[in-house]
Amino acid sequence: MSALLERLAEARKAGEVGRLAEAIPYARWMRIAPENGTGELLTRMRYHGDLIGNTFLPAIHGGTLGAMLEMAAIFHLLWETETETVPKIVNITVDYLRSARPVDVIAAAKVTKQGRRMVNVFAEAWQDDRSKPVATANAHFLVKSDADAEPSL
Amino acid sequence: MERDERIALFQKWFSDTIPHNKALGLKVIDARRGFASMQLEWREELVGNPETGVLAGGPLTAMLDGCCGMAVATMLKEPMPFATLDLRIDYAKPATPGKPVIAEAECYRITSSVAFTRAFAHHGDARDPIAAAAGTFMLGTKGKVTRAQSIGAETKI
Repeated sequence: MSALLERLAEARKAGEVGRLAEAIPYARWMRIAPENGTGELLTRMRYHGDLIGNTFLPAIHGGTLGAMLEMAAIFHLLWETETETVPKIVNITVDYLRSARPVDVIAAAKVTKQGRRMVNVFAEAWQDDRSKPVATANAHFLVKSDADAEPSL
Repeated sequence: MERDERIALFQKWFSDTIPHNKALGLKVIDARRGFASMQLEWREELVGNPETGVLAGGPLTAMLDGCCGMAVATMLKEPMPFATLDLRIDYAKPATPGKPVIAEAECYRITSSVAFTRAFAHHGDARDPIAAAAGTFMLGTKGKVTRAQSIGAETKI
């Protein structure tokens, strides 16, 4: 079992989803972590100066929004589905809706379609007002390792 | 403007003065009309899976977004603010731990309001990609034009 899945088992036992981020160096560096204080699994990217992409507006770098939507989808799959492998991203399409101000960004994800090997996930990110998302994404993940995958979809 | 001077200018306005690009340590390798290339060094902090040392998708997304944006800037004869409208990334294969990743972006069409780009990330051979990207940019967005967005006019590329 991978360290991340071991961490998942520990996090489930303790009921502390935030522990998942501790196992991922990039999530720590970006200050991206899941939280479930409200009963819904959310992923937060805590604002810090290194997230800025446009110093004139100022606005958060679009690439970091794509990155946190991807992480939100992964945390959602790990926590809310019965995954036995770490989800492997196939592709992601990010739509940028508004410029993101220099404050925290929060994201939520949901599974649009769960197949045996492939999952389609939708994620959206917002700042103060959930009804005004700054970015949304659709992503595909492989959730079964190639070795034990069935030949058909 | 000489090539070295031009690349130094792109390095300044697309990496050194854009906090996130600077934090990633993006290095501008090339910039000419319609084309941009950047390099990202492997670093432990950017790893998604600590057991394999493979980079997370995020740093590649940010680099490809930045590189596509830089390709757009090379096409602008007049300074103009612009922003990413959408970005699709296909993750073709994992990046090899320890190896730098190169991004190459092309702006293949620009209209009065939209610019279309595509890009690849690889370890030196573009025919063996780590990731492929397609990005669309909205031109003439609100806000003040940045130095990065004026670079096409400045370098007369």
